Amino acid sequence: MIPGAFDYHRPSSVEEAVALMGQYGLEARILAGGQSLIPAMRYRLAQPAVLVDINKLPNLAYLSEENGMLRVGALVRDTDVEFHQDIQSRYHLIADVSQVVADPIVRYRGTVVGSLCHNDPSGDWAATAIAARAQMVIRGQGGERTEAIDDFIVDSFTTSIQEGEMAVEARFPVPNTRTSGAYEKIERKVGDYATAAAAVQLELAQDGTIKEIGIGVTAVALKALRVAEGEKLLRGQKPTRDLIRAAAEEAAKIADPNPDARGSKEYKKDMARVLVGRGLVKALGRLGVKI
Amino acid sequence: MQITLNINGQDKKMDVEPRTLLAHAIRDAGLTGTHIGCDSSSCGVCTVLLDGNIPVKSCTMFAVSAEGHPITTVEGLAGSNLHPIQQAFHDQHGLQCGYCTPGMMLSSVALLERNPNPSEDEIRFALSGNLCRCTGYQNIVKAVQQAAQAMNQPAGAAADD
Ligand SMILES: Cc1cc2nc3c(=O)[nH]c(=O)nc-3n(C[C@H](O)[C@H](O)[C@H](O)COP(=O)(O)OP(=O)(O)OC[C@H]3O[C@@H](n4cnc5c(N)ncnc54)[C@H](O)[C@@H]3O)c2cc1C
Ligand code: FES
Ligand code: FES
Repeated sequence: MIPGAFDYHRPSSVEEAVALMGQYGLEARILAGGQSLIPAMRYRLAQPAVLVDINKLPNLAYLSEENGMLRVGALVRDTDVEFHQDIQSRYHLIADVSQVVADPIVRYRGTVVGSLCHNDPSGDWAATAIAARAQMVIRGQGGERTEAIDDFIVDSFTTSIQEGEMAVEARFPVPNTRTSGAYEKIERKVGDYATAAAAVQLELAQDGTIKEIGIGVTAVALKALRVAEGEKLLRGQKPTRDLIRAAAEEAAKIADPNPDARGSKEYKKDMARVLVGRGLVKALGRLGVKI
Repeated sequence: MQITLNINGQDKKMDVEPRTLLAHAIRDAGLTGTHIGCDSSSCGVCTVLLDGNIPVKSCTMFAVSAEGHPITTVEGLAGSNLHPIQQAFHDQHGLQCGYCTPGMMLSSVALLERNPNPSEDEIRFALSGNLCRCTGYQNIVKAVQQAAQAMNQPAGAAADD
């Protein structure tokens, strides 16, 4: 199918892009990798009157550590992360997810920031960003603001980005040597959205207790969710089988999935539990802790 | 709008709408080796290379966005001889109906550029965005292995086999 007609703009600076977004308001959409937007336009699920193509913007493809944060510019493609050896070896959660988002070709074009902005309730980056406690940097004509991922993710396909704004960066805290994580996803085939998926990231204190922990789940509600009660159970504790089991149960409690071809409500709820449990065990295993 | 796309080393001026998909622009330019196989960006038969080594689904990109990025389609693979990946698909019987083959070969070329000695698992992983309804993939994997070997041989060595 062929997308509806639109006016095309290809700004050469973020300022110009933001000005265009301000000028056209809700009529306009940012075009990043296009891997979600173009299929939606072909199906005529989306019919924006104006597209602002950011692919030619200079200096937005950076991937660098600064002040304890990994800064992921709006034009960093999934493959930039997947093929980045240093990130693959130190960012366990991000390394996992970078190999299961969509399919290998889609990852050459799709952007990390675009996925977070799209905020598909089954998207893989949102749960990852929740577990890693990421931040989003949003630019408007009035200036820039930084928002915690929990405030950024508002609802299905809805973020806190306002009319006339765009996201310029996602920021992930740099893990230390006692930090690990894992991404566990069930999919029917490569390139399918998750039936259910869980992201976990944790940091151990010197005494082996869990100092910090993040747990996110996706595809089991109208948006990616933080399993806050599960995090609470584990924070400050020495990880045990029983505690992990109890924390994983909390994921099933908050999951409210829609039944579809990928599975029933009961199945998906239970998979949220199973995947959180597996993710925790894997992350701990990567730190040499056997459960 | 008027755009110029560089396809297989040749500049082609074309008149497109902003909504014209790259796959359609390429096919309208007479290069029908780039196929269209689905409506959901899932099958990969429309894969072309941007900037020489970046595989993209040309059904999921607007032609205007490809301006300034040289495009390689299957027609651009062969020089005076078949490209090693084409020769390998031929030798190993890596195709049956051939519908998926252009995309398979271009994805394979991108893989071999990034990783000249892929394991079987790495080949299967890299091609998992390209669907084939005929072959069962077995001979496609063999073809990529043969091409890897051929491309790793110093120039001229192949003739001594
Ligand atoms: C076959 C296929 C399978 C897929 N499977 C998965 C999967 O398993 N898991 C998964 O998570 N995703 C999947 N995806 C989606 C893919 O990962 C998308 O690339 C990604 O979600 C969106 O990134 P993009 O850069 O392509 O964004 P686009 O498609 O360009 O944009 C998506 C939306 O975000 C907005 N946007 C983009 N960038 C910005 C910005 N900087 N500021 C403000 N708004 C912005 C756009 O306006 C648009 O509304 C799949 C896609 C395909 C085609
Ligand atoms: S035609 Fe199927 S992915 Fe492009
Ligand atoms: S050879 Fe027929 S689809 Fe692959």
